[in-house]
Amino acid sequence: MTLLSVKDLAVNFQTNDGVVEAVQGVSFDIAAGECLGIVGESGSGKSQTFMAAMGLLPKNGFATGSVKLNGDEILNLPISRLNSVRGSSMSMIFQDPLTALTPHLTVGDQMKESIGVHQGITGNEALKVCLEWLSKVRMPEAPRRLAQYPHELSGGMRQRVMIAMAMLNNPRLLIADEPTTALDVTVQAEILDLIADLQKNEGTAVALITHDMGVVARMCNRIEVMRHGGYVESGSAEEIFYNPQHPYTRKLLDAMPRLDDVQGDRGHRDLGERLLKVDDVKVHFPFKISNNLFAKKVPLKAVDGVSFDIREGETMGVVGESGCGKSTLARAVLQLIPPTDGGVSWLGHDLVSMHRNELKNYRKDLQIVFQDPLASLDPRMTISSSIAEPLKTFRPEMSAKQRKQQVSEMMERVGLDQNMINRYPHELSGGQNQRVGIARAMINKPKLIVCDEAVSALDVSIQAQIIELLKELQDEFGMSMIFISHDLSVVRDVSDRIMVLYLGRIVELADRDAIYKDPRHPYTKSLISAVPIPDPKVEKTRKRLKIPGELPSPLNPQAALRFLPSKLDAQEMGYVPQLQEVAPGHMVAEHDPLESILARDPLTA
Amino acid sequence: MGMVKGPERVEAIAENIAETREVKGRSLWQDAMGRFFHNKAAVGSVIILATILVFTIVGPFFAVWSNEEIDWARMANVADVGQPSIENGHFFGLDSLGRDLYSRTIQGTLTSLMVGVVGALVAVVIGTLYGAISGFIGGWVDNLMMRTVDVLIAIPYMFVIILLMVIFERSLLMLFVGIGLFSWLDMSRIVRGQTLALKHKEFIEAARAAGVGWFVIVVRHIMPNLMGVVVVYATLLVPGMIMAESFISFLGLGVQEPNTSLGALISDGAGTIMYDQLWQLAIPLTFFLTIVISLFFIGDGLRDALDPKDR
Repeated sequence: MTLLSVKDLAVNFQTNDGVVEAVQGVSFDIAAGECLGIVGESGSGKSQTFMAAMGLLPKNGFATGSVKLNGDEILNLPISRLNSVRGSSMSMIFQDPLTALTPHLTVGDQMKESIGVHQGITGNEALKVCLEWLSKVRMPEAPRRLAQYPHELSGGMRQRVMIAMAMLNNPRLLIADEPTTALDVTVQAEILDLIADLQKNEGTAVALITHDMGVVARMCNRIEVMRHGGYVESGSAEEIFYNPQHPYTRKLLDAMPRLDDVQGDRGHRDLGERLLKVDDVKVHFPFKISNNLFAKKVPLKAVDGVSFDIREGETMGVVGESGCGKSTLARAVLQLIPPTDGGVSWLGHDLVSMHRNELKNYRKDLQIVFQDPLASLDPRMTISSSIAEPLKTFRPEMSAKQRKQQVSEMMERVGLDQNMINRYPHELSGGQNQRVGIARAMINKPKLIVCDEAVSALDVSIQAQIIELLKELQDEFGMSMIFISHDLSVVRDVSDRIMVLYLGRIVELADRDAIYKDPRHPYTKSLISAVPIPDPKVEKTRKRLKIPGELPSPLNPQAALRFLPSKLDAQEMGYVPQLQEVAPGHMVAEHDPLESILARDPLTA
Repeated sequence: MGMVKGPERVEAIAENIAETREVKGRSLWQDAMGRFFHNKAAVGSVIILATILVFTIVGPFFAVWSNEEIDWARMANVADVGQPSIENGHFFGLDSLGRDLYSRTIQGTLTSLMVGVVGALVAVVIGTLYGAISGFIGGWVDNLMMRTVDVLIAIPYMFVIILLMVIFERSLLMLFVGIGLFSWLDMSRIVRGQTLALKHKEFIEAARAAGVGWFVIVVRHIMPNLMGVVVVYATLLVPGMIMAESFISFLGLGVQEPNTSLGALISDGAGTIMYDQLWQLAIPLTFFLTIVISLFFIGDGLRDALDPKDR
């Protein structure tokens, strides 16, 4: 039975630069209880299709065509009539669960609002319904959450609230717009499971909008591939993944690095001498806990004793979930944040004790590429002056002409057109801006580049290009890299060795293949099992390893011993799990056997 | 002619164009200029302001009467024979004491503009630097610098300026010193707030990672990003300064006769409306308003021009 039927839907935006045709006549159907995936890169119009259906277009947007829900036309209905449909028959969850929740309303209050409007239930009865749904979305400590504000919840919990809110009125159709893009892999896995369960148990149809082929492979029955406002290919999940017809679909699939299968093996490259040695680095931030009258300061251990080294030309991958201290570690290595304790030595010179002026000489060899390409460039500088800035600092003797020469060579090298030198960052795309960031980092031919989530904000195909560029640059200039990412597939693709961080400590460090083929630590295992693989058949047979609970706060002293509960039982709260070498070059932190960790928590089933 | 010479010629021209088109580096300021000159209201205001400025310089050469001369013949009956007239050389008429308002207005405009511009300039230079440094360094330095500002703001500035005027000689210079002493306080606060918001942006971190020194970061990255706010606030400051000066003059402590300012002329003129001498208010007020409104438009244009995102 067809639930939602869209015919020739077109969305146009009236802008100062003329009409933008965001969606150019798409048609599709969603049957009751099925999961349709809409895949495409940013700007392809995949969100706008559903925004139009929901009547959520901005004032300058116009939709034509037809959208029928249960046979009733809902496109361009007046708001008053649309309101009886939205939120009750179809509802939507958004990418960023923080901005989608009203900050000054408690969870309970915002949830009640929707039931009040559509079901006329208010007061305590409404709260009961809310609570019921919060438990259904497996919110830990649900009753307490009703009185909390959105900022008090973690990202995963917020998304659960969003889903619970969307499901309150038992909608027939749930539109999920990139529901897990802002979340960690393990949380993503749980949210996806949750959506899949709702689909199964409540019979809700799901329209899943995403750019992640892995997510689609896990979730969807049918897939529409969208590009430039139109559908280029549609079919069942099997057809799309195993027999893609359109070149764009093939490109998307190729661009997606796979965790279980590394294409383009980098081979064994000759690694040079040891460049960087990080020895037991700690970064603690004083964190104020207000306790009625007196504010108590406790150290927030962002990085808590990390040691590793990097050889010339080597790439060290750093993975971990948000809050595990991977970015802080990178900044401590670069001395952008002074480490609280421990040593960082560069070719035998201790960087930590060095005076600022002396350190400047070493900065030339230590560069960083940031996550958000737009934010990391000065909005008031042309991209060429941004790229030239390190040259001005480290080679002041250069004439303006030489500098310009070098900048344009570097721009050419990273694939930026010459005539873009006068552009400002906001005039470029994300991928181009990231090339600018890379050019700026590379211009002095540094020996070490830290890529802090450098490709995370980019579309898959752009991501693949940037990774390719980084690899090429590494082959050409022989620099070492510290590659930080939450995306395990990407890290596997570029790294020689990989370290897994958990709450500021290394839990496992090994050769990249060893860590994926033979993970020893339970945390590593759960991370790897959570990553969706863009292959529906593989995805269906995979078993996920769930470590109970959300990622705990680094302020919780028990959290550090999450994988060593026997020490907790023994009241050894301050115990630090030691790294043990289980195979040559394969270090694993002490942990209890997996079974005993899983057995401990009654929530695991 | 060249058009019909055949394809080779056209090709050569195209090549020429291509060569000259070889993109040259532009700076933010060149870009800003380009954008500024596309803003009609702003350009118009610049022209008006420039005209007023030129008038204050060239005007005296056309004056028939100097600003100090008293027209004894007409002073007794200003309301009837002191009206603006080209024949008797009093283009803007007479003031209540029988002096030539044309020369007086020129003199007053010049004084007011100077007070306004100097005051705003001091505010911009000191305030921006002070606020940016305070905000960027942070910690106890920030605390110390901002508490100093708090203390200074708590002192009634009018009182200090009056004291300065009483203790030292009443002069324009002393007035500048007095106004300059206080005009930068608010500016430094605004700038500090903006700097705090800016300094945690990734591009600042990128600059630090690139080894750029803190002072250069402030000057090269923080300040240009502050320009929008600073410029708008500065254009609002100019009229504020002009007003402050006229108030002090009104108290008899600012600009002293025979010197004058627009504020002083307006307050004189306001006192004689009821004697049918409307022009004594209307003329200086027109100058004052034109200057202030032009400055607003220029400020607006500058803000848009300095923001590369706004195209």
